[in-house]
Amino acid sequence: MLKFVKNYMETISGIEIYPIISLLIFFAFFVILFWWVFSAKKEYINTVSNLPLDNNNQNDYLL
Amino acid sequence: MEVQQFHYDNKIVKNFIYATMVWGVVGMLVGLLLAYLFLFPTLTDGISWLSFGRLRPLHTNAVIFAFVGNAIFAGVYYSSQRLLKARMFSDVLSKINFWGWQLIIVGAALTLPFGFTSSKEYAELEWPFDIAIAVIWVVFGWNLIGTILKRRQRHLYVAIWFYIATFVTVAVLHIFNSLELPVSLTGMKSYSVYAGVQDALVQWWYGHNAVAFFLTTPFLGLMYYFVPKAANRPIYSYRLSIVHFWSLIFIYIWAGPHHLLYTALPEWAQSLGTTFSIMLLMPSWGGMINGLLTLRGAWDKVRTDPVLKFLVVAITGYGMATFEGPTLSLKNVNAIAHFTDWIIAHVHVGALAWNGFLTFGMIYWLVPRLFKTKLFSIGMANLHFWIGTLGIVMYTLPMYVAGFTQASMWKQFNPDGTLVYGNFLETVTEIMPMYWMRAIGGTLYITGMLILVYNIVATIRSGSKVTDELAEAPALERVSKKRLAGEGWHSWLERKPVRLTIFATITILIGGMVQIIPTILIKSNIPTIASVKPYTPLELEGRDIYIREGCVGCHSQMIRPFRSEVERYGEYSKAGEYVYDHPFLWGSKRTGPDLHRIGGKYSDNWHLNHMYDPRSTSSGSIMPSYPWLLKNKLDKSTTEAKMQTMVTLGVPYTEEEIANAQQQMTEQGTQIEQNLYTDPDFAESYEADKKNAAESGSEFVEMKDREIVAVIAYLQRLGTDIKVKDSQE
Repeated sequence: MLKFVKNYMETISGIEIYPIISLLIFFAFFVILFWWVFSAKKEYINTVSNLPLDNNNQNDYLL
Repeated sequence: MEVQQFHYDNKIVKNFIYATMVWGVVGMLVGLLLAYLFLFPTLTDGISWLSFGRLRPLHTNAVIFAFVGNAIFAGVYYSSQRLLKARMFSDVLSKINFWGWQLIIVGAALTLPFGFTSSKEYAELEWPFDIAIAVIWVVFGWNLIGTILKRRQRHLYVAIWFYIATFVTVAVLHIFNSLELPVSLTGMKSYSVYAGVQDALVQWWYGHNAVAFFLTTPFLGLMYYFVPKAANRPIYSYRLSIVHFWSLIFIYIWAGPHHLLYTALPEWAQSLGTTFSIMLLMPSWGGMINGLLTLRGAWDKVRTDPVLKFLVVAITGYGMATFEGPTLSLKNVNAIAHFTDWIIAHVHVGALAWNGFLTFGMIYWLVPRLFKTKLFSIGMANLHFWIGTLGIVMYTLPMYVAGFTQASMWKQFNPDGTLVYGNFLETVTEIMPMYWMRAIGGTLYITGMLILVYNIVATIRSGSKVTDELAEAPALERVSKKRLAGEGWHSWLERKPVRLTIFATITILIGGMVQIIPTILIKSNIPTIASVKPYTPLELEGRDIYIREGCVGCHSQMIRPFRSEVERYGEYSKAGEYVYDHPFLWGSKRTGPDLHRIGGKYSDNWHLNHMYDPRSTSSGSIMPSYPWLLKNKLDKSTTEAKMQTMVTLGVPYTEEEIANAQQQMTEQGTQIEQNLYTDPDFAESYEADKKNAAESGSEFVEMKDREIVAVIAYLQRLGTDIKVKDSQE
């Protein structure tokens, strides 16, 4: 019965490289992401984070 | 610099808000009816289109795509215009988006209760609607990206990224999950191109990511816009929102297989799903913390402003649901929670608190501004808040208790190795008080919704007519395509929307491809079992009735390899048993017992009586009765076409089998009719019916030609392919 649930991957040739590629993609993704984030300039961050607030909406004074 | 004047389109936002409220009431009312059907299963007796199985997909679709969907469009159309300092790209596209979406919803309401369903959860609509949804969704995306391209604001705020990711990913998910082959171009019926395990994997890749990219990412965009707006301060950490966005869309897409733990899905895919689900906690909580901390120094406002109250509970609900999600994806927790009411509690924390309350907060904030007035009654909004919160608690807590109770009862063994609660029904009647409380909680929640409708209608009546809002902003100067001196990578990327879209698409595709392509392409992933044969024509028709009636809403066909399940239902399910199941019918909830090994367990008469009145065979059962199955003539006109479609999808029916389908159905039906005659009660009443019909000259449909016979044929076949003792190998 075990053959129904186990060992699927072993039948694929060259499978050993997959986990390593996956790890690399994953690692690279987050390294680049954090590099982006920490290298972002402060004034840029401030400008963008104020975008929702700096609209000249005529109705915003209400309520 | 030239300052341009333009108008924001407020009418489209207003229309989507109206639609949100109307469909919200409808979707919740259907849900409430379903909650009461647990308590009074005979409430809609004999009305096929009001039976539980048919209404459940209507409830889920109405709430997800009609209520939440329209709220998304309202919020996106409002915030995008302001964040991009531009009117929507095209008024015509906006209108097509609005009316097209409403037409699809009306179409859903007119087809799902009549049994036109693909049976794939949250993707139940049949193929013509799937095409319509794809078209309207592309119209939405075209309109959104068009607006982005003609924007007057250089930088794209994080909310816009969430909208872009939503558009791209939902398109990909919807198209790949809905790949199906219509039986004929004139009919509604279609079969999924995937079978069994593959269909399950694609479906839950879709199902999970529909939660991610329909119920989560657009709402996160709304959160990043409306929380700063309502609190009148910028988001706590913009850097955190960048990390939140990219890591969320990267990780989410991998987590789908956690819906299939311990099933016949290959183990590597299950482990991958679990691993990524646990990682998902990080970005989710990062987002929640970012939302809540935006209110730092403004918590006094939360005391008085109902909008902020709704937003805070919504974000808290998001935090709870996204903590619970990774927890549920742990195999040992999943072993308890899966198929029980715990899952119902989990999704309702998400739907009622996160989606519902964020929508309510948004509506209370938007409507006074759109209509240039004040909210009609802050007191009523507060009442709505409290009654709604109480409703959420009253709904979810009993469902957690019910889930635990049921799971523990399912797994309880006597010292001699037999099940303590061998009769599944005992585990249902035990939690009836919880179903009562849930119905009360739901009633409270919908009461709050009605208060909102009243309050908003009154606000609108007191306000001025909606006009498009005048705004002005300088036109965007052209900048070099390259990075400017001193410009960071990210600020360069996010002023390039098309590139951002492409990167986001690549990010979400990686996870999907890694999981799905191997399962579909590598045959050895699904071991074939020689004794598994395609369904006979009659069984195939019976299966289609099973799909039509929505049996899958309450009955799984997936026995997990646990001692308690093998003891209760029989040999656990194997991947190879489902190779001809287009679509798969594993189910996700056991309100009733698993049916994968039901074949041969009961007599044909038992099934007939049980379908006619479940309480006659199982006292206290909360299953609806299906009297129409016993009366309706089975439609055999498309059987051959169905088999041909299956052949195209790879089911090995021979030409001869298709040619002899009618004869074969008659033979199998006649055999079942003969079996039914062994019950003297049946023989007596059936003969009396026949006589009456002959006397009155009305048409009489023989038992062998009725729908119930096909259903019995299918049920008696279920799981029998490997019942012969082959487990020694």
